[in-house]
Amino acid sequence: MESIEVKAEISGSIWKVLVSEGEQVTAGDTLLIIESMKMEIPVEAPQDGIVEHLHVKETDTIEEEQVLVSIKY
Amino acid sequence: MIKKILIANRGEIAVRIIKTCQKMGIKTVQVYSDADEKSLAVQLADETVNIGPGPALQSYFNIQKIISVAKEHVVDAIHPGYGFLSEKAEFAVACRDAGLVFIGPDPQTLIDMGDKARAKLIAQQAGVPISPGSAGEIHHAENAVEIANSIGYPVIIKASAGGGGRGMRIFHNEDEIRKSYESLATEALRSFANAALYIEKYFEKIRHIEVQVVCDEDAIYILGERDCSIQRKNQKLIEESPAVLLTEDVRTSLYDASRRICAEAKYLNVGTIEYIYDLNTAKFYFLEMNTRIQVEHPVTEMCFNFDLVEAQIRIASREKLALEQTKLLSRGYAIECRINAENPEKKFLPSPGTITKLKWPDLTGVRIDSHVFEGYTIPIFYDSLLAKVICWAGSRDEAIELMKRALSELQIEGIKTTCSFHESVMNDSSFCSNQYDTQFLTSI
Repeated sequence: MESIEVKAEISGSIWKVLVSEGEQVTAGDTLLIIESMKMEIPVEAPQDGIVEHLHVKETDTIEEEQVLVSIKY
Repeated sequence: MIKKILIANRGEIAVRIIKTCQKMGIKTVQVYSDADEKSLAVQLADETVNIGPGPALQSYFNIQKIISVAKEHVVDAIHPGYGFLSEKAEFAVACRDAGLVFIGPDPQTLIDMGDKARAKLIAQQAGVPISPGSAGEIHHAENAVEIANSIGYPVIIKASAGGGGRGMRIFHNEDEIRKSYESLATEALRSFANAALYIEKYFEKIRHIEVQVVCDEDAIYILGERDCSIQRKNQKLIEESPAVLLTEDVRTSLYDASRRICAEAKYLNVGTIEYIYDLNTAKFYFLEMNTRIQVEHPVTEMCFNFDLVEAQIRIASREKLALEQTKLLSRGYAIECRINAENPEKKFLPSPGTITKLKWPDLTGVRIDSHVFEGYTIPIFYDSLLAKVICWAGSRDEAIELMKRALSELQIEGIKTTCSFHESVMNDSSFCSNQYDTQFLTSI
């Protein structure tokens, strides 16, 4: 099994986490929503797999390129 | 007499308010969050007070904290700017109860205009057309047909519980409604767990026109109109004044309608009345009233050579402006481009970060309203507005040309901005020929 890291495209804060560890996801599913400058930016699963690890929780402040979720496939 | 004002806002509008206060010899108290400690407004104000952490709910929305700072610093009035607490009746009441002047209309006006249905009712009572449609939900196809026939086609039928552009369909005649009504109701039930539908007149080609009003205890003044039809997801990006596509007849009736609404609402202070203008029929319909200073107020100020923030403060001091409407004349043409920290090449994704290089255009007729500077870091907590570039010239064509030059001189490095987007609009043939509608961004 391989693992892929989903990174933040921009800095902001975590508004909502929509998946939990161990959950099966499909490419395109929204994993979590970043809030930055009053805008909501959904972060999608890049491919099918299982949520291996959530690196962030709601209200966390995040930086650009920070790892948010690991997905194993 | 107002001698000291607390500014319950941030960013460019806080800077804008401080400038007028300085001109009027009024002292300023700037409240700020942790994220705005190094902001320009904090540098410019006479007194500054930290009111909490970055997230606005813990700082700029904290009514109790702001009122207690106002009392401690013995201010006479609070200017709420736009957004945040500016249209919250609760805040206006809290100011009044603390013996402070809220620079804006009375709390009751904020309540009336804050409720869309109530505002529409006021407009209707003032004899101003509102967008026609069903008063509430419709229950069957014949119900829909009856209303559609009375308001005229095309109509749009929407799911009451719908949103995001889903659960709606446009109809051009009664046969279409009869044929598709049931499937639309079923779809609404499936998608939104609610089969309720409502019907509205559908306008295919519209412009957003708004009228600037200034009301003191004696008179209602009209300071022209603005055309704000270049929008993205209902966010205005470019505003102009005057709306040259209106005929004199339409403009006169738009101003009359606005006067009647202000009279009906017993409006006091500066405000903006927004209308839909249907390009197909040259008719306008009341949309809503904004009971505060607007982001785009500078285009009006440039054309009328008038300080709207000063008018707000004078009216709040119960001063009578004693102006003559016939002498309030609009001259020339103004365009405003909102420069946002967003990436137009990546679906306007926000672009927080630090400005590494900044150069403003230096041209006659160009006004810049901004709070940013070289080395400024844009906080993640607030909106993306960096600057408003306002260009004034003799005509629309000349104003567009000046805007092109201003945008080419503007340099902001370190972050992505909407500058390139504005440059492409200024070069667009439908924009330049003034032949466009609110769908402009979906059509280019």
